[in-house]
Amino acid sequence: MIETPKVDWLALAPTLALLGGSGVALLAAVLVPSWMRKSVAAGIALAGFALAAVLAGVVFSESATPQALIAESIVRDRLAALAQAVLAVIGGVVVLVSWAERRRESAEYFALLAAAGAGMVFFVSAENLMTLFLGLEWLSLCLYVLVAIDSERETSLEAALKYLVVGAFGSSILLFGSALVFGATGELGFGAIAEAGAGDDAFLVAGLAMIVAGLAFKVSAAPFHMWTPDVYEGAPTSVTAFMSAATKTAAMVVTLRILVSAFPEESEIWTIAVAVIACVSLAWGNLAALAQRDLKRLLAYSSISHAGFMLIAIAAGTERSGEALLYYLVPYSAMSVGAFAVVAARERELGRPALLEDLARFGWERPLYGAAMWTFMLGFAGFPLTGGFFGKLFVFSAAYDAGDWWLVVVGVLATMVSIAYYLNVVRWMYMRSGREMRLVPAGGAPPRDSALGAAVAACAAVTVGSFFAAQPLLDWAADASASLPF
Amino acid sequence: MVTTALILLPVAGALVVAVLPLSRTGTAGLAFLVALLEVALWIAAASNFDFDDGSLQLGTSREWVESLGISYSVGLYGFSLWLTGAAVVVFAAAIGYALWVGRDRPRAYHALMLFLTGAVVATFAAQDLVLFYVSFEAMLIPLYVLVGVWGGTRRQAATLTFVVYTMVGSLLMLASVVAFGVTQGTFSLVESGTSDNVWIFLGFAAAFAVKAPLFPLHGWLPLAYREAPVEVAAVLSAIVSKTAIYGFLRIGLPKFPEPVDDLTGVVLVLSAAGLVYGSLLAFRAPDLRGIVAYSSLAQMGLITLGVFAVNDLGLDGAVLQSVNHALVSASMFLLVGMVEHRCGTGELDALGGMARGRPVLATMLLVTGMMALAVPGSATFAGEFLIMTGVYGEGWGYATIVALGIVLAAMYTLRLISAVLHVRPGPTVSEDALDLRSVELALVVPMVACLLVLSAWPALVSQSSFPGDAPAQTIAEGFR
Repeated sequence: MIETPKVDWLALAPTLALLGGSGVALLAAVLVPSWMRKSVAAGIALAGFALAAVLAGVVFSESATPQALIAESIVRDRLAALAQAVLAVIGGVVVLVSWAERRRESAEYFALLAAAGAGMVFFVSAENLMTLFLGLEWLSLCLYVLVAIDSERETSLEAALKYLVVGAFGSSILLFGSALVFGATGELGFGAIAEAGAGDDAFLVAGLAMIVAGLAFKVSAAPFHMWTPDVYEGAPTSVTAFMSAATKTAAMVVTLRILVSAFPEESEIWTIAVAVIACVSLAWGNLAALAQRDLKRLLAYSSISHAGFMLIAIAAGTERSGEALLYYLVPYSAMSVGAFAVVAARERELGRPALLEDLARFGWERPLYGAAMWTFMLGFAGFPLTGGFFGKLFVFSAAYDAGDWWLVVVGVLATMVSIAYYLNVVRWMYMRSGREMRLVPAGGAPPRDSALGAAVAACAAVTVGSFFAAQPLLDWAADASASLPF
Repeated sequence: MVTTALILLPVAGALVVAVLPLSRTGTAGLAFLVALLEVALWIAAASNFDFDDGSLQLGTSREWVESLGISYSVGLYGFSLWLTGAAVVVFAAAIGYALWVGRDRPRAYHALMLFLTGAVVATFAAQDLVLFYVSFEAMLIPLYVLVGVWGGTRRQAATLTFVVYTMVGSLLMLASVVAFGVTQGTFSLVESGTSDNVWIFLGFAAAFAVKAPLFPLHGWLPLAYREAPVEVAAVLSAIVSKTAIYGFLRIGLPKFPEPVDDLTGVVLVLSAAGLVYGSLLAFRAPDLRGIVAYSSLAQMGLITLGVFAVNDLGLDGAVLQSVNHALVSASMFLLVGMVEHRCGTGELDALGGMARGRPVLATMLLVTGMMALAVPGSATFAGEFLIMTGVYGEGWGYATIVALGIVLAAMYTLRLISAVLHVRPGPTVSEDALDLRSVELALVVPMVACLLVLSAWPALVSQSSFPGDAPAQTIAEGFR
């Protein structure tokens, strides 16, 4: 009898569900006849994401105390479980968004989506530097291919190449930083690094800085955001939706986890560093968004600025900041996926990338998408009756509570600027008169796409629902945040 | 509970109106019905209101976000009851006017109007800072679209300036809300104490000063009032501006006694300047809406003078005058709309001579005008007199300026009346232009009737706005 290490299968279950979904979907690419291949693969991927979400919920309710598993390489705690549930739901909605998309490799697309989801779900449970890097590469490799999947479109390939080069650069910085931290402490596990407490060891601080920079590439915070607008613009819109919500969620959660659990001694250094990155992101993202005509680029810069808001929460460095960040991610993800889904809908009508002026009268022509897009834009801008408002309120409260009143001021100024371009989208949708609009090429009635409509409606429901049901969400966020050693 | 119903009824009505596929008139009629129901509900609330009891009445309070001390907490005090009353009456008239002129895209339009009603009532009833901020901001969303979609030719510029001004003010208020709430450990207005932080006060004051608007933050006013659909302009100047007064009365004065004390002089000087400046601009405005818009600026300066006198007479007068101005300004705007509807323009040069053969229009305009210029015996005279005597305590100079303001009000109002009704018939006034129809009359007469009741009995509002008719004491004790 060979003695095997004890494996906590429940903790791995969300990852395995998605990996399984990915594998089966890939088989469908070969075994299922082509006329039903897309639906079967999409259904399998959707089932995988749904199963992962349910399993993550089970893990959440069963993991009141954090446990390090499998040679302390991953952790089973509520932070990971909550993030996994959010990621799985995002993935499921993105499957709906891309349900009706036509492409040659449709089954491969859904298999890759599930695989990327599995990587993210694994990434957020990383508890040492090895699994951190492994998870990062896992999700990144899937995303590189997903960005390039419309290989007949030049922009898709260009975006993928850019993402690959810049992403590899970011990953290698993270890896080098990990090496320095390992050199300084001799430890890989987050808890062990904190205990080794090398204090003001220059190696450790340099390693910390490089890890922060590497993760900042993934959350697309300025000044590490250069790839974001190009990649978001070039990638298939459903992939952009997935990246903007899921990649950001995963990377934010991991950033919070590693900073709080591995570097508590250095918190004076990283809070300032993160605060500076937050301010730069807010300034850069918002100002650049003002000048955009392409909708996806506009939303890309908006996502950079939202990285800034989330980093304000991390910079506060208190338990309340964990709650604020985790709450913020929920409405943000819904708004982001929803907004890109509406852009995808418009692109499918037009058959080409959508510019701001292509939205003229869109709100009157397509009432559901119009009202939903309106909700998303107001939510991004932090208007009440959307979760975006409470997100900002919680983030600002956390920052003020930690004594960083100047971050509140910066956040408020950034919000003022952001309102200009968010309301500009609303203005184009509803307030342009017929004279000003360019006629849209006639292509008959737009194809009905009930999956996309359902996805948009679900995103709008979450955006508004997270406002009224702020308390339960915040409770979950507080439970999750409590598993970190603040 | 009644307060919650007052908030939810129009919001639910908005959803129903937006979704139900009725005909144009059916949609608008349903919206008007909801607005009338809202008035009935308010009357029911007022009849259950105990004016001798100083505590919060008809309220509801439920936890919303416990860890931060945010609650859904609403309720009414005497003055908020009166402000709410003015609001529901004006909204009913405005929605009725929209029904009468038949606005395009009625489902969207009326849903937004009803939603705005709910947001305004929620603002007047909010007893939690976050809820107040939420309702205050929620007003902006429908207003933005109402002006931007149904407004005049320069509507986009109007919405842009309006939104820029209001959002800058509101977001400064958001920072103040966060700072105040986190410092106090609760966002509840009932439970929180006072703060002596001038910066936090200034954040609130910025939002209120833009919303009112107070000189010199009125840059959005002329364009917004001119380009908005006329009934939306009526709501803006009559009701939305009063949320700022409510904010000063419920948050500014009771929560920040020391900063208010330090800054009273500045606010009084600015308000007095606004009163004179607005009156002079109203006297020089070339069109009807310009006159009403700038007179609104002047009146808001006057009301703020009463508020920042922070004594019994001034505060009573401020509430009375808020209600008066809401009714006068809404009637005036609707009448202006009816004149514009007949002549296609509001330019004074193109109007004139409408009194001949149109006795009802002439009578209504004259009666409303008399109210606007505060003829002795009118409710507005009572309000302005209270404010004048109240502000006299702060210095005779302010009282002189208030008196000057009353004289200027007579000048610009008479200019408006004579430009429409008298002189020779203007080029746009055709012989066939009808007198006021009975439907139009039915929209304006209730508001004028309310004004006449208040003229006979101004104490109805002024003595029941604060418990024991001791406003200064109530505010000093923070409504406890």
